[in-house]
Amino acid sequence: MQIKPILAALRRHKAGTVLIALQIALTLAIVCNALFIIQQRLAHMSEPTGIDEANLLVISNQWAGHRSPQEVDAQIQADLAALRQLPSVRDASPSDGYPLTGGGWDNYVMLTPEQIEKTTDASVYMGDEHMLDTLGVKLIAGRNFNASEVMQMTSRQVVIPPVVIVTKALADHLFPDGSALGKPIYSMSSTPSTIIGIIERLQRQDVKTWSKPYAYESLLWPMREDTDGLYYIVRAKPGQLAAAMRAVPQALYAQNRMRIIDPKDGGTYAQIRERIYDSDRGMAILMCIISAVLLAITAAGIVGLTSFWVGQRRKQIGVRRALGARRGDILNYFLTENFLISVGGVMVGTVLAVGINLWMMARFEMARLSLAYVIDGVIILLLLGQLATLAPALRASRVSPVEATRST
Amino acid sequence: MFAYYFELGLRSLRRNPVLTALMVMAIGFGVAASMTTYAVFRAVSGNPLPDKSGQLFVPQIDNWGPQSRKTGGDLPESLSYTDAMALMHAHKAVRQTAIYPVGFTLVPVDPSSQPFAVNGYAAYADFFAMFDVPFQYGSGWQGVDDDNRANVVVISNELNQKIFAGANSVGRGIQLDGRDYRIAGVVADWDPRPRFYDVNNGSGFGDAPDVFMPLTRAIDLQTETLGNNNCYGTTGQAPGWDGWLHSECAWISLWVELPDANAVARYQSYLEAYAADQQHAGRFHWVPNIRLSNLMQWLDREHVVPKETTVSLVLALGFLLVCLVNTIGLLLAKFMRRASEIGVRRALGASRRQIYTQFLTEAAVVGVAGGLLGLLLTAFGVLGISLVFEPEIARLARLNVSLVGFTLLVSVAATVVAAFYPTWRAARVQPAWQLKSN
Repeated sequence: MQIKPILAALRRHKAGTVLIALQIALTLAIVCNALFIIQQRLAHMSEPTGIDEANLLVISNQWAGHRSPQEVDAQIQADLAALRQLPSVRDASPSDGYPLTGGGWDNYVMLTPEQIEKTTDASVYMGDEHMLDTLGVKLIAGRNFNASEVMQMTSRQVVIPPVVIVTKALADHLFPDGSALGKPIYSMSSTPSTIIGIIERLQRQDVKTWSKPYAYESLLWPMREDTDGLYYIVRAKPGQLAAAMRAVPQALYAQNRMRIIDPKDGGTYAQIRERIYDSDRGMAILMCIISAVLLAITAAGIVGLTSFWVGQRRKQIGVRRALGARRGDILNYFLTENFLISVGGVMVGTVLAVGINLWMMARFEMARLSLAYVIDGVIILLLLGQLATLAPALRASRVSPVEATRST
Repeated sequence: MFAYYFELGLRSLRRNPVLTALMVMAIGFGVAASMTTYAVFRAVSGNPLPDKSGQLFVPQIDNWGPQSRKTGGDLPESLSYTDAMALMHAHKAVRQTAIYPVGFTLVPVDPSSQPFAVNGYAAYADFFAMFDVPFQYGSGWQGVDDDNRANVVVISNELNQKIFAGANSVGRGIQLDGRDYRIAGVVADWDPRPRFYDVNNGSGFGDAPDVFMPLTRAIDLQTETLGNNNCYGTTGQAPGWDGWLHSECAWISLWVELPDANAVARYQSYLEAYAADQQHAGRFHWVPNIRLSNLMQWLDREHVVPKETTVSLVLALGFLLVCLVNTIGLLLAKFMRRASEIGVRRALGASRRQIYTQFLTEAAVVGVAGGLLGLLLTAFGVLGISLVFEPEIARLARLNVSLVGFTLLVSVAATVVAAFYPTWRAARVQPAWQLKSN
């Protein structure tokens, strides 16, 4: 196949050539970034929490009316005893939040009491001695809390428990040499908490972009919160989540009706995930739609312009056929022509794609576009161009040599 | 003449139905994607108080020191109780209010119905006048109620419907967390989007507040904030409620009304003087660092427009651009195929201007058709928006008259702009050359 005559012919259709190349370039730039966003969002959505999600449910419980901290604490104890006795429930724990709450309590963590600058930032969970079993997290070193260590925290009390359980991610960040167990840490206070246990993995309460550097860095304090409200984390026995979903609110109301269970907060982990990753899922769907329609429109545009060119050159094609060119030669000609234009387009498109990504990195805290997406995009567009050209090119190859003798 | 060109355009479009359909679809999809994302963007980026936004300001004071920003971050977005009270008492603005979100429980008189949560804000009397809050019944409480730490509340129309069946409840009592309050007023439906006065504690698009009460009273009752409480430093705070109030934890928002540039300048220098005083008193160990932002600057600073919304709009506009490039190509093909027709018309005396008018009219017809398709798709898009955006943002996007008009305008304008190059090429056709070649 000779490329020179094709280039010479393209020079006579500068506008059309440039338009197709431009369209391919823009499409590549947008599709690469869209695919990248889709992948980023899906990866974010599939990050594990480290807990037994399939069997967990969370109840957001607010106390109605006014009661003293002692009354609240007694009620919490009674609630928990009732929940743990339900046939569908394996265990239950009070807490101030749950993984993927979408907000919540986080503390700076320091290694010495004098330190001003934080060493890291940890998501803070309160719970009692049932918390580890309830969440279904794996203790990989040290021990669990015992009942006597669980403290009460009332409103605006500064309570720093002397013992703390941390995630492996937090332990490794604080003590990279692996010596975390038994060491004291300081969390917004000059009172130390000694690390008595390390758990394998526990997702933070908030998974927004700002918390990325502290992924999976969580700490557990043995505390019950005797304020306006709290969360009950409940672990159902395997396969009994639906039964627990019905039984738990009933049991709580049977204990005391003066409470508000917020239907918009907590729930099963299917519901919690849906809520927290709402915008991520939305973004992925939107990017899928935009990419698909964009590719379709670009393909349609290539079909349209190539058809026009074929129509315009029927006479020349006839002449070439009359001079001995075979059908395959004509087909090849148009496919090669499209390939050359597409290559020009994807080269410009690659630059544009990286440009858009750099701009989004600066403006929207986006990650750096990996080359794999550009390569994928280039392959997709080159194939798309060839497929879109195929139908008009086949039509061109069927032009009979007789056309050469006809006028117009 | 225009009617004739319109007819010519229609006829020509009918001659190549596939090419025409391609163009209409490209325009339709491009416009629909842009308009759908724009509807969302417009809903979240609008000015919630256009008449007054230039006169409402948020002061920020650096009470943590430059050390706190070493690993990134900005001035605290809210004030400590100490600073908020100092600014309130100084009374240097025409109006001012400290604000923090609060929540209560309400136990209905009817024992068979469940207690429910009542959320709202603790604020000062100026809140209602500053933010142009409309009232269904009664009014806000008075300044003396702030000073007397009175048990008064202003409730929302929705709460009034729920408890008093919509009747005028001014002067009646309401029990929150077991305490009695007198109702001073019922707010008519009022829920500015974004809820500019509380964007630092949430997205600004959540459920509307049910109740407002004097902040002085809320503090007396040790009412917890439902919003963020940001603390800095290891030395911690004294235990208990008073320890927290006097800590450097930042959790109260302050808004001031400053009617003109002079007032703004005066308030700015007051803030600087205040921070300098704190430095001299030994509370701040750093150079005074303050900031005064007006409403729109504040919304920008707090990133109220979710980045998903902006990214979507940008990519949708890129999509529209591709569709336009596509249309230019197809129009070019279409117009140049008619080179001989143009040649004949030119030879018979048509001026270049007439060729322009004819072909741009034809393009406008494509634009209108694309616009109508785009409108249909935008309607579907707005319906399906909850698939893509968070529910509290999705419910804000609506198809209204201005969006319909804008959609049609964008598609016609975009198509006509796209048609300029092909039309220019068409008008340059040499009549003699065309006639000869046939």
